[in-house]
Amino acid sequence: MTRPLVEVRDLKMHFPIYSGLFRRQVGAVKAVDGVSFDILEGETLGLVGESGCGKSTCGRAVLRLYDITGGEIVIDGRAIGSDPWERLRSMRPTMQMVFQDPQASLNPRMTLGAIIGEPLVEHTKMSRAERRARVEELINQVGLNRAFVNRYPHEFSGGQRQRIGIARALALNPKFIVCDEPIAALDVSIQAQVVNLLEELQDRLGLTYLFISHDLSMVRHIADRVAVMYLGKVVELAPRDALYSDPLHPYTKALLSAVPEPDPALAGQKRDRIVLQGDVPSPANPPAGCNFCTRCPNVMEVCHRIDPAFLEVAPGHWTACHLHDPDHRGTLEAGPDDTDNENAGRPARRKTPVTGANSQQGDLT
Amino acid sequence: MPQGDTGGQAQDVLDVRDLHTVFRTRSGEVHAVNSVSFNVRRGELLGVVGESGSGKSVTMMSLIGLLPSPPAEVRSGEVLLDGEDLLKASPKRLREVRGGEVGFIFQDPMTSLNPVFNVGFQIMEPIRRHMGLNKRQARDRAVELLDLVGIPGAAGRLGDYPHQFSGGMRQRVMIAIALACDPKLLIADEPTTALDVTIQAQILEIIEDLRQKLGMAIVWITHDLGVVAGIADRVLVMYGGQVVEQAPVHPLFNDPRHPYTRALLKTVPSVSGERAAKLQVIAGQPPILGAAPSACPFRDRCPLVFDRCHQQNPPRELVAPGHDAACFHPSARTEREMAEASA
Repeated sequence: MTRPLVEVRDLKMHFPIYSGLFRRQVGAVKAVDGVSFDILEGETLGLVGESGCGKSTCGRAVLRLYDITGGEIVIDGRAIGSDPWERLRSMRPTMQMVFQDPQASLNPRMTLGAIIGEPLVEHTKMSRAERRARVEELINQVGLNRAFVNRYPHEFSGGQRQRIGIARALALNPKFIVCDEPIAALDVSIQAQVVNLLEELQDRLGLTYLFISHDLSMVRHIADRVAVMYLGKVVELAPRDALYSDPLHPYTKALLSAVPEPDPALAGQKRDRIVLQGDVPSPANPPAGCNFCTRCPNVMEVCHRIDPAFLEVAPGHWTACHLHDPDHRGTLEAGPDDTDNENAGRPARRKTPVTGANSQQGDLT
Repeated sequence: MPQGDTGGQAQDVLDVRDLHTVFRTRSGEVHAVNSVSFNVRRGELLGVVGESGSGKSVTMMSLIGLLPSPPAEVRSGEVLLDGEDLLKASPKRLREVRGGEVGFIFQDPMTSLNPVFNVGFQIMEPIRRHMGLNKRQARDRAVELLDLVGIPGAAGRLGDYPHQFSGGMRQRVMIAIALACDPKLLIADEPTTALDVTIQAQILEIIEDLRQKLGMAIVWITHDLGVVAGIADRVLVMYGGQVVEQAPVHPLFNDPRHPYTRALLKTVPSVSGERAAKLQVIAGQPPILGAAPSACPFRDRCPLVFDRCHQQNPPRELVAPGHDAACFHPSARTEREMAEASA
């Protein structure tokens, strides 16, 4: 039976703002504000959104690289939401991270062997020879040449450096890896190589990924389920195909229509694309009601008052929007009712995605 | 050198011939641009695509002498802006051209605006310098420009500093500065790469709109094939410091002839249509441009490589009307249907 390896409930990460003579706290940047999701074992959850929406903070908070403001995180059956740092150390080998900028996340004064071997020194009691063997095995695994073991990071290209970062994350046989924009700094032809490597490793080692990216087309390729974030909240969470073929939240629709298609014939047809006006509001001062109400093309009166609940509107398909919430549909007179026919057969609404994960089992087994 | 079907001198705003740019470094020379030739017609949007290090930015910066020398050296070539060779122009004349006849938008809107001057000053500077307007006229023009690029409350924002604008707004300010003196040619170096997709969509919309209103020629450098497909009339594909393929946008995407272009189009996943089980990759790394090329730069990664590719550097040859590619392989000269039939 597939069970969630990672359970995140109502995760909150607020960064305080201090100001004035006595550095008193005057407010908080709500980078992540009540996010819940599950990741099943062996699955890839894609997390997409614009820069500043809190997706990277969310990924780091899940690994407890921050002291979180609220909520609970359960990884591999162990609740780590409020564990102190020392207790977390024993948990670190199970959860690892691949960082965005391969240049900045590798120590320029350490050799390839030392970088990949460091987690082994910290967390295992391997002898020097065992470590060396393991490092060579890892270098092979990520498709680098064993002869490079004494080279320094500057001697490698961007794609190779990202492979080093992946090898380091794999060193302790983790179950769960957070990939924070691992391909954003790479060229198109190199991006495909790294994504294929991540997929191969997942097949071979049974890894579970949280794949954070702003590249919607790449997420469509790699993820099994996709969560869309806007201003610290998940606005839509759905299986990949459902999200891309039938997006429900207006923000997801706008985001998908903004992606340029590498085909001039299609580009011609897409003239009806939704261009959002304005910018993302500041997370220190989010608007009242729905976070998206300042830019939403389908905005209703209720959106300025009430923050929409995150509801399951189709099996496994969650969204936080009043357009899809029957309690508020009355306020919408003649809007686009594309979900009406789905209402009949849809399951009772549930408030947390726990059961959402269960209803997915049919597809996965 | 093929120059497209209607390479008439009269309608070319810019004509670049056989440009070579070399960087001298302590560890030897880097040949960043090798024999690049292209033309830009009046009112046309030319897309330039290529990976980082393919020489696309260096080519454009060589045109108007923006590269520091040393280490950079433009070894040979001609850059004709309306018939005038910019490589032979005096520094004084070049200063008139930059910002006046040729506008430039840089990639990163944060580092290309001066943080200690307000935005109004930075927009008015080229207007007063090149158009000789007085302070009041320049101010009116600046407000007009900010309106044009869609910044709300333009008059009130002239006194704001760059840090008070968001990334998308800053890029609009950069566009306003580049457009300030009605340039004949606008060079945009990855103007949307640092921006989010929704903001990118806004900027693309503005550029389309401005093209219709002002009718200048645009060179748009990017590595995003999707952006090029949406806005360009003609596309130049660069690899290893050379132009490997040049074609109008439809033939380039529907019937690419160079193996690099073909591979590049396959590696990009899409948000619609079929989802491939595995991404196609171009194996290997881009070449290191340590010496002038004596063989095809793509030979180490090319699936169709044969003896001749290691001995000679293929010249650009016309493969269809207005469409040229630099490849020896016969498949570059056959249409896609025929190539697939014989394969």
